[in-house]
Amino acid sequence: MGFAIRCRDLRKTYDGKVEAVRGVSLSIAAGECFGLLGPNGAGKTTTIEILEGLLEPTSGEVEILGHAWSRNSRDLREQIGISLQETRLSEKLSVRETIELFGSFYRQPRPAQDVLEELQLTEKADAWVGKLSGGQKQRLAVATALVGNPKILFLDEPTTGLDPQSRRQLWDIIREFQSRGGTVMLTTHYMDEAEKLCDRLAIVDHGQVIAEGSPAELIAKLGGHHVVEFSASGNSDGSALETWRSLPGVESVRDDAGVISLHVDAPHITIPALLDAVERQHAQILHLTTRQASLEDVFVRLTGRHLRED
Amino acid sequence: MAISEPPVREMQTRQPVSARRNGRWSGYWHLLMARMRELKREPEVVFWVFVFPLLLALGLGIAFRSKPAAAASIAVVNSANGERPVSALLQPSQQGAFHVQVLEREAALNAFRLGKFDLVVESQGDGGYKYFYDPARPESVLARAQVDDALQAGAGRKDAVFTQSAASSEVGSRYIDFLIPGLLGMNLMNSGMWGVGFALVDMRQRKLLKRFVGTPMRRSDFLLAITSSRLVLMIIEVGLLMSFGVLFFHMRVLGSFWAIALLASLGAVAFGGIGLLTASRAQKIESVSGLINMVMMPMWIFSGVFFSYERFPAVAQPFIKLLPLTALNDALRATILEGAPLLSSAQFGRLLILALWGGISFALALKWFRWT
Ligand SMILES: Nc1ncnc2c1ncn2[C@@H]1O[C@H](COP(=O)(O)OP(=O)(O)OP(=O)(O)O)[C@@H](O)[C@H]1O
Ligand SMILES: [Mg+2]
Repeated sequence: MGFAIRCRDLRKTYDGKVEAVRGVSLSIAAGECFGLLGPNGAGKTTTIEILEGLLEPTSGEVEILGHAWSRNSRDLREQIGISLQETRLSEKLSVRETIELFGSFYRQPRPAQDVLEELQLTEKADAWVGKLSGGQKQRLAVATALVGNPKILFLDEPTTGLDPQSRRQLWDIIREFQSRGGTVMLTTHYMDEAEKLCDRLAIVDHGQVIAEGSPAELIAKLGGHHVVEFSASGNSDGSALETWRSLPGVESVRDDAGVISLHVDAPHITIPALLDAVERQHAQILHLTTRQASLEDVFVRLTGRHLRED
Repeated sequence: MAISEPPVREMQTRQPVSARRNGRWSGYWHLLMARMRELKREPEVVFWVFVFPLLLALGLGIAFRSKPAAAASIAVVNSANGERPVSALLQPSQQGAFHVQVLEREAALNAFRLGKFDLVVESQGDGGYKYFYDPARPESVLARAQVDDALQAGAGRKDAVFTQSAASSEVGSRYIDFLIPGLLGMNLMNSGMWGVGFALVDMRQRKLLKRFVGTPMRRSDFLLAITSSRLVLMIIEVGLLMSFGVLFFHMRVLGSFWAIALLASLGAVAFGGIGLLTASRAQKIESVSGLINMVMMPMWIFSGVFFSYERFPAVAQPFIKLLPLTALNDALRATILEGAPLLSSAQFGRLLILALWGGISFALALKWFRWT
């Protein structure tokens, strides 16, 4: 299988002190949707901009469609589409003018009308960019990336700050691009986005990849596929944690300010045992839920922190 | 790795493209059009670039328009033979050069102190006169000389030689004629610095430059488009200001249209280059605004926009003449007002100064320019 994007041991140190990226190696196959997932400041933007050839790495190698950026850069640019984390396009140009402007840089762009229709911007074609809503602006940013008919689409946090409906609209557009054989590389700090959209993803923290695989694989590595969360009254000292850990089917335990999370394989076995144990301690369950394990749990498990602090 | 995807499938997966392929200059052309549209849709730009210089020319042109020298106001002290000077001053041969009023001594001197009169004349007992004047006021000194002449002549003094005077306030030597080429130069500087320097940093801050270099856009096309958008604006600016001068102030333009256009283009490109250099590294519009003002400030003061720089000390003159705006203003004035040929040695020196400023700035800017 051909690799669309490869990089080896990327490092980037800003101003000789901020180590934003510390040895990232990735291989992304053609046709794949690959996600970089990580908290603020993890180094996602730095990594993706190095891959886009917009930032020089301090060290390491990048290959896009088999070529290095140092040569063929114009030819490579013909084949990739980019949306940066924050670009403010000219407010006084209309949507159509903006798409046509970006199209004019490519040898053989798609007709602006096609792109407008695909991104559902036809109604706003003649509106000034300054008058668009956040979601429409994001779609326009993706439109400027798609107008060159790229093989690889780089999207840096394409849905940050959008309402759920706008996010789903963008997801559909990304899936549509992928279904035509395009390769997608995106960054996000939304777990659900990564889970729904990405074939594979890398979890990045402090400039390093701390886990990599398909969402299902990552969750499977966690051990339990289900999470039981509860809080109980009474004494919940250190010995209590040991009690929970020894319950049948429990893979791991976490105490998050009084809320205990158990990663379990079979909730129907663990929960009765849990209720018994609480009974024996003369305590009371204040709250209990079960849910499917998510990438959030993977992240918390790996770093001991939540992905989004808010 | 061994089995690569068959290329046929890959072709199918890409979207249908337009039948039309983009030519070499498509990117440049679209960038230029986009820039022109943006400028046109920005009311502030229209005001500062086009309307403001006209208002300035109108205001200053009216305030400093040449008017016939005002008649000198003379107070004559009321006395027994006070009639004598009055009739001498009001002789038809004096052509109404004096306004004369007869007042009591105290009143006359008081009004003189308040600036109402330029001179007070008091008849003396011996048939002579006494003048009260203020040596610090030019019009007072002038009035004393004029009145003295008139009174001496009235008393029978004969001129030793016969003299003649011809009045001259010709088109071409008035303040407005001096001002309009200066405003033109200043406008070319302002809009070059702001139109190029500020616009570029704004685009850099908005990450638009970074977004552009993420496409196959040629960087040279981009800079060329910004520069040519300046040239298009320049043609409009020059056309407006010159027509305004000719229509409103009957300015006489001696230089040829092409000579003026060539000078203005050189000025626009030179200041575009300086603007580019100023903007080559700044990340924030606040910092570039400061830089632009710092670069322009000396030229506002020294380059003879509103008044001649000859008034500055002689030691400063060589430096002042090396400033690009001085060179541009001098060249514009020589061409517009005197019709000096572009290849005369004085004009050529100015063109060279402009070209050097522009060329060196462009070269340095391209070397230092930050796209991200
Ligand atoms: N131009 C720069 N100069 C200095 N430090 C920088 C620069 N850009 C980023 N950094 C630092 O590098 C680190 C990684 O930043 P980066 O923007 O790659 O993170 P990110 O994962 O994209 O974060 P976010 O989710 O907030 O976008 C951060 O600590 C940041 O402060
Ligand atoms: Mg980022």
